[in-house]
Amino acid sequence: MNPPVRSRPSLSTLAALLFCLLLLPLAQPVSAAVDPKIDATLAALAEDPKTLRSALDVLAQSRDPRASRVLVALDEGRLTIAPGAVLIRTRDGQRVNAADGQPWTGAAGDAPAMTNAVRRVLASSIERARLRSEDRAERLGAARALNDRPSASAEPALRAALAEEQDPEVVTALKLALAPLDLDSPDKDKKLAALAVLANDGELTVLGRLQPLASGDDPEIRAAAQKAITAIGDRQWLRDQGANLFYGLSLGSVLLLAALGLAITFGLMGVINMAHGELLMIGAYATYVVQNLFRAYLPGAFDWYLLAALPVAFLSAAAVGWALERVVLRHLYGRPLETLLATFGLSLILIQTVRLIFGAQNVEVANPSWLSGGIQLTQQLVLPYNRIATILFALAVLVTVWLLFQKTRLGLRVRAVTQNRGMAAAMGIDTRRVDAGTFALGAGVAGLAGVALSQLGNVGPELGQAYIVDSFMVVVLGGVGKLAGAVAGGMGLGIVNKFLEPSMGAVLGKIALLGFIILFIQWRPQGLFAMKGRAVEG
Amino acid sequence: MNPVIPPVTPAGDALKGAQMLHDASEAPPKPPAAPREPLPADVRDRPVPDVSHGAILYLESVSVSFDGFKAINDLNLSIDDGELRCIIGPNGAGKTTMMDIITGKTRPDTGTVYFGQNVNLLELRESEIAQLGIGRKFQKPTVFQGHSVFENLELAMQADKRVRRALFARLSDEQRARIAGVLATIGLNGYERQLAGSLSHGQKQWLEIGMLLMQNPRLLLVDEPVAGMTEQETEQTAELLNSLAGKHSVVVVEHDMAFVRSIARKVTVLHEGHVLAEGTMDAIQSNPKVVEVYLGEGA
Amino acid sequence: MHGIRNLHTTRGWVGFFVVAALLLVAVPVLNALPETSPLHVPDWLIPLAGKFCCYALVALAMDLIWGYTGILSLGHGVYFALGGYAMGMYLMRSMAGEGVYRSELPDFMVFLNWKELPWFWHGFEYFPFALLMALAVPGLLAFVFGWFAFRSRIKGVYFSIITQAMTFALMLLFFRNETGFGGNNGLTDFKRLLGFTLSEPSVRVALYWLTALVLLGVYLLARAIVRSRAGRVLTAIRDAESRVMFCGYEPLYYKLAIWTLSAVLCGLAGALYVPQVGIINPSELAPAQSIEMAVWVAVGGRGTLVGAVIGAASVNGLKSVFTAVAPEFWLYALGGLFVLVTLFLPEGLTGLFRRLRRTRAAEARA
Repeated sequence: MNPPVRSRPSLSTLAALLFCLLLLPLAQPVSAAVDPKIDATLAALAEDPKTLRSALDVLAQSRDPRASRVLVALDEGRLTIAPGAVLIRTRDGQRVNAADGQPWTGAAGDAPAMTNAVRRVLASSIERARLRSEDRAERLGAARALNDRPSASAEPALRAALAEEQDPEVVTALKLALAPLDLDSPDKDKKLAALAVLANDGELTVLGRLQPLASGDDPEIRAAAQKAITAIGDRQWLRDQGANLFYGLSLGSVLLLAALGLAITFGLMGVINMAHGELLMIGAYATYVVQNLFRAYLPGAFDWYLLAALPVAFLSAAAVGWALERVVLRHLYGRPLETLLATFGLSLILIQTVRLIFGAQNVEVANPSWLSGGIQLTQQLVLPYNRIATILFALAVLVTVWLLFQKTRLGLRVRAVTQNRGMAAAMGIDTRRVDAGTFALGAGVAGLAGVALSQLGNVGPELGQAYIVDSFMVVVLGGVGKLAGAVAGGMGLGIVNKFLEPSMGAVLGKIALLGFIILFIQWRPQGLFAMKGRAVEG
Repeated sequence: MNPVIPPVTPAGDALKGAQMLHDASEAPPKPPAAPREPLPADVRDRPVPDVSHGAILYLESVSVSFDGFKAINDLNLSIDDGELRCIIGPNGAGKTTMMDIITGKTRPDTGTVYFGQNVNLLELRESEIAQLGIGRKFQKPTVFQGHSVFENLELAMQADKRVRRALFARLSDEQRARIAGVLATIGLNGYERQLAGSLSHGQKQWLEIGMLLMQNPRLLLVDEPVAGMTEQETEQTAELLNSLAGKHSVVVVEHDMAFVRSIARKVTVLHEGHVLAEGTMDAIQSNPKVVEVYLGEGA
Repeated sequence: MHGIRNLHTTRGWVGFFVVAALLLVAVPVLNALPETSPLHVPDWLIPLAGKFCCYALVALAMDLIWGYTGILSLGHGVYFALGGYAMGMYLMRSMAGEGVYRSELPDFMVFLNWKELPWFWHGFEYFPFALLMALAVPGLLAFVFGWFAFRSRIKGVYFSIITQAMTFALMLLFFRNETGFGGNNGLTDFKRLLGFTLSEPSVRVALYWLTALVLLGVYLLARAIVRSRAGRVLTAIRDAESRVMFCGYEPLYYKLAIWTLSAVLCGLAGALYVPQVGIINPSELAPAQSIEMAVWVAVGGRGTLVGAVIGAASVNGLKSVFTAVAPEFWLYALGGLFVLVTLFLPEGLTGLFRRLRRTRAAEARA
């Protein structure tokens, strides 16, 4: 699932991005650098649309951010001229006065006539104006845009901008934009300088330009071009690994969430719950129901429906889990294979029930606005908010569960019962209630995982089936009885999976991974974190 | 009581791992005192422990630890051929772990374990060790619940235990007679068609001992044979074990001191994975170290 | 193994021959009756009966490994499907040039723009080779898998979970077009087997008859195995594996032998299934399919062989009825069956019959 990427200036580092985000509000409608010539020009244009051609020259020379805004709007057909004002239609459809940025309630006005002459001047004017803008982000964006599609016509504007530019990052972007142009220069020093720039910051897109140079005549240029190619390749590799790591962590968090409940029911209680996937599904459908309730009754608070979905999902999955334990599982303790079959039967019943209630089709669960979009690190690397949130959520659930088991009386009882049932019973612990409670807790955690899954993928009756094998693999790989095992298993599987995917494809990667687990268990049947014990009879 | 040497064939086609430690001819051969009952044909080609130095089992500086806990710590022990040895020790002394090591279930971290002087047990799997003639009785009676008493004994019987042979195996009259003999020995005559799962606790214990006997073992390892038995059953078990000594070497791990006293000639005390004392029951009971371990901790 | 005569009591043999006569004689004869006759067995029932015989074969294989040896496989669908695919490949190759595209290659390869046959498709134009592969591929896979798993002493639910993972992985693999087995759609639209047209009613009867014969033969074979000493060792492994080891048996080889045999039998069932049903696709590899096989055995009663056959027939009969009458409730019925059998009928239908007979006998005495 690819969430829409909120359009943001693309920066190469997160720090710079945050810096930029801070600056954006400051650079809103009218900045400190008000150029009175713009006011005059816009006023004149509002009086007489025919002055457009000459207005362009003024606008192109100005550093006022309003100038580039007008030019961009004109280029994108969002500029109209009403009597008394030049208007810009913003992207959400409102009209504002280009001169002061205030909303305009008067007549919409007409689009100015676009002659060929206007178009020609406009093209170079926009770039020049943006490169000269007072707004740093605007300059950076313009330089980047030229960087992506270098054009010789922009060269003078770039050089002029480079001569006055102070901001180091914009300087780099300008140099990068100039570098491909300099590669064509007959001047060898210029070529070498351009190659050095590209080696430092160049992107994959210039590789095509570098390859001919790397096999050219001049040994010095050849070496420099080689170096640039290697450097660019290395940088890209590093970035890919970073992306793999992030997506691996994210997938690992999903697996961890899905397996955490299982680590409790299987790991602590030894119950093979094949209906575990369906508990995830119940959590996801609970989210769906809460979403619909919010949409119907609390549309204003819709963005916060997820928070309400958490307890609902936890409680509904826990309730189902509790019922399963009371009605079926409790009679099958100590008979793991029978438990496996019975819970599989239960999973069929749960799936069919959900189908009858909600239909066999997938239902739509929307991301709240604060989870859609993402942080764009580079052109290829986007960190979607819902994935980041999943990682944090998995962490939070993990910590909560851990605290619950380690620091509360309930946890103490659960551990007592799992270690020595008879002794725990003798000390007055109601082991049956603890069993039911533990199982309900594991089911509830599965419900929470369902909330996370509803934000990442499709929600349908078969949702759980997709996760049950993976969840068991996580627990088996990690080793039974320890939360650390589930963490290591989940993260390990997630990350390895994402690193295998680019070279093997998703399906083969997954198959390779399953094969690996099967072999791994040969070598370490207890999993990564097993409770080793003395040889036991039987 | 004299050690017994069976009518052996040379251990030429020994299982893998069987090694000649010493040249047997160097040791002075001991004359067979009592003729053993002749072994069935298919038993004769198993490797035979060389007991010319009198001992059938040697453990030398054996250590094993689990998660840093030293279950067995530099254990040295030797069992004479035909001996009945009792091993006592407080909980966690390493008695069961020692059995696990001898029968191949647990591999020690260091040390050597030999059956006779020639067979290195550390190189063999559980099933191979069992085929050598080392039988083990678990603390909890472990029999095949779904099979009849007769079938339990039949399965345990010393025979070619490869899949293909077992597929086509049929009982000979000689083998039926052997099963009948063991049934009599363990007092389960008349129960042969009953499912083992339906026997009483004590009967299961005896059946398990009977299964060991069917293996024609040279060495019997018996873990707490009278746990959970009635007084009468305990007495009968003591009788049974006493009657086995001489024909077989028997190692009994037991908690019940009265029982140990009733059967023991020589007692070994294990403590923290190590031999604390060894000797007759009287010597052991007056040994101050043993008293301290048993009483000092309890007091 | 004991002599054939010792496999059953006299009463058992009578029962066996009655069933054999029903399957081998009565069904074809009743099918040959005129359609107006009330005893007429309609044509559509013949492949269905053949299908049930295949399922019963699978159930026998499951019973050997689960009921007798105590190893629950959640991956027997793999062996069944592999056998089926091997037969499907032969059927595809035998109609070379007669597909929609009139190509030497199977249609789906033409559709994928493949120019030549992948290497693993070679040889499948020969029926004996295909039949050999239908048995050898599942057998080999089972042997390798079992060797690793049993050697590491992976037991109980761990083993079950791993077999399920294997099924899942293979399902993913077979769903891909690139794997070369027709992807999603699998292999279908078969025409002829050894020159006989598959849609011909007489060919269908013959295939059914052959399947039933194989089923009866495999039943006797399985019966001979479980009645042998080796069979008793298998049950002993189920009940107390460590004791088996300390009796001097190496459980690894016993498990490996029965596991491999069980897989080969499944492959055989798959090979018989495909020409009668006319399609093999990756859905046979779905983990749920394999678990369903376990429930056949559980419903019939584990460790009885007869129970496996009864279970396979009754569950699938139930399925046929439900999918015709109330398809949306079939999953409820199946799910409920899983739960009810494990909770209330641990010995399955045969156990229930036994219990009923015993109470009746007790009442008669009273």
